[in-house]
Amino acid sequence: MSPFATFCLRMGDNALILGQRTGEWCGHAPVLEEDIAFANMGLDLIGQTQLWYGMVSDELGKSPDDLAFFRGEREFLNTLLVEQPNTDFAHALMRQYLFDAWHLPMLDGLTGSTNADVAALAEKSVKEVRYHIDRSRDLIVRLGDGSPESHDRMQAALDWLWPFTADLLARDAADDTLVAEGMIPAAAPVQQAFDWETAETFARATLTAPDGPRRTGGRTGNHSEHMGYLLAVMQSVPRAHPGAHW
Amino acid sequence: MYAQMVESGQAGTSDQDKAFQDKIDRNVRIEPRDWMPEGYRKTLIRQISQHAHSEIVGQLPEGNWITRAPSLQRKAILLAKVQDEAGHGLYLYCAAETLGVSRDELTEQLLSGKAKYSSIFNYPTLTWADVGMIGWLVDGAAIMNQVPLQRCSYGPYSRAMIRVCKEESFHQRQGFDIVRALVEGTEDQKAMAQDALNRWWWPAIMMFGPPDADSTHSEQSMKWGIKLNSNDELRQKFVDQTVPQAEWLGLTLPDPDLKWNEDRQSYDFGTPDWDEFFNVIKGNGICNRERLDARNKAWDDGAWFREGLMAHAEKTTKQNIAAE
Repeated sequence: MSPFATFCLRMGDNALILGQRTGEWCGHAPVLEEDIAFANMGLDLIGQTQLWYGMVSDELGKSPDDLAFFRGEREFLNTLLVEQPNTDFAHALMRQYLFDAWHLPMLDGLTGSTNADVAALAEKSVKEVRYHIDRSRDLIVRLGDGSPESHDRMQAALDWLWPFTADLLARDAADDTLVAEGMIPAAAPVQQAFDWETAETFARATLTAPDGPRRTGGRTGNHSEHMGYLLAVMQSVPRAHPGAHW
Repeated sequence: MYAQMVESGQAGTSDQDKAFQDKIDRNVRIEPRDWMPEGYRKTLIRQISQHAHSEIVGQLPEGNWITRAPSLQRKAILLAKVQDEAGHGLYLYCAAETLGVSRDELTEQLLSGKAKYSSIFNYPTLTWADVGMIGWLVDGAAIMNQVPLQRCSYGPYSRAMIRVCKEESFHQRQGFDIVRALVEGTEDQKAMAQDALNRWWWPAIMMFGPPDADSTHSEQSMKWGIKLNSNDELRQKFVDQTVPQAEWLGLTLPDPDLKWNEDRQSYDFGTPDWDEFFNVIKGNGICNRERLDARNKAWDDGAWFREGLMAHAEKTTKQNIAAE
């Protein structure tokens, strides 16, 4: 697979798997406004998935739906962060925020891509993601600096999820090739924007990012055990009816 | 219809009551600050909140399939649809609030089981075809009732219905389109569609409420302009609209008595199993317990979230006061 296809799959897989987790909240969120917000973000993410998969459909000889529903867990290249389960609403919000804090500078950098299709995709998506982070940042601050219980839950979610940000920010040879071609932004500006965003927000939220292990693997298809169950649910209908159109 | 069997209040006999009725007869909209009989206010609160609760609980049977929608496009459309339903709940709670009741009070009534929601959502969604049936039949039946409510006598409710109806008609089309794709698909997909139709047809027919002869609550609500057509009128209209659609799809409606009546220029159809209807309303449907449990769990699990936001708001207010 070309470095470009690898990159597009990683972007699309992140959007799909986070969209899937987000969709699990439908009807179960703590207030009606959150039901609406999570469905709305899920919708944006599934839309982005279709665009990223569409970008590599020809090279891989697979339709966007084939990529979503007929690959196994070792073939998915999303980060470990997005597949983490909805342990509670604090985990869901923190996962979203950490993802947004990386997603925004990444897309922002991609708007300057030498590949016009990628730049156009990023231009469209970055508008959605600006809104996502406005919302997720605001809730991180209010709940971190809220009641003792909301603070503790947000801190617990941060403790659990922070190590997976290493997987979000990781780079490999495929990325280096694309950086050299001007196709994707270099690692440093994305990392700096992420560090600045999270440091500022966690200070306001009275939360502390933990030291300790840095967990990576998802981008190379080495997932947590949650991934198989997520895919089993998501892919069940198309796999029971191969060749069917829906 | 999302509001079913709403108990109607009584009209008074004072001059004020008569003037109020006169306004309604002249098609003048009632607005929140206008005087209104207590019975009118209470009936509307019951009707609007029941409709709102139905939108909220209605997220569950469809949400059951968001994670399993069989294509990216279907997943996106279903997310958009369910988001609309939650939005309808929000407008409707706001419309009810103009009558002097808070969203929290109404939520409490739903969670305790005191308030009702449409019994249709107590049926399970067992296959992907059920999502199609909910859009095509359940939303189709809801639109029958809601289109006339755009002209109902209470301003905020009628205006909410205008937006709700636009979105519901998109929902019905998406449901029909899911079913269309199934009947154009494999034998298994066709069988899935027919099976779902067999299970949803009669519950959809019963959404309009009991026959007019047994409907005790309608008369006063019709006088007040908050119910505009009888249950049987709407049911007939729904059947007349849906039979040709089912024929076009090549599906068979599970009613041996269904046939075109040339004299009436309408379809004759069989009698639903009203015992089942009342049994589900009483709480004995397959999912009554699960639906309420899910809503209670969401509310209880989310308490820390709501309290955390309140605590932050209080801190911010104190800081602002201290800064002044």
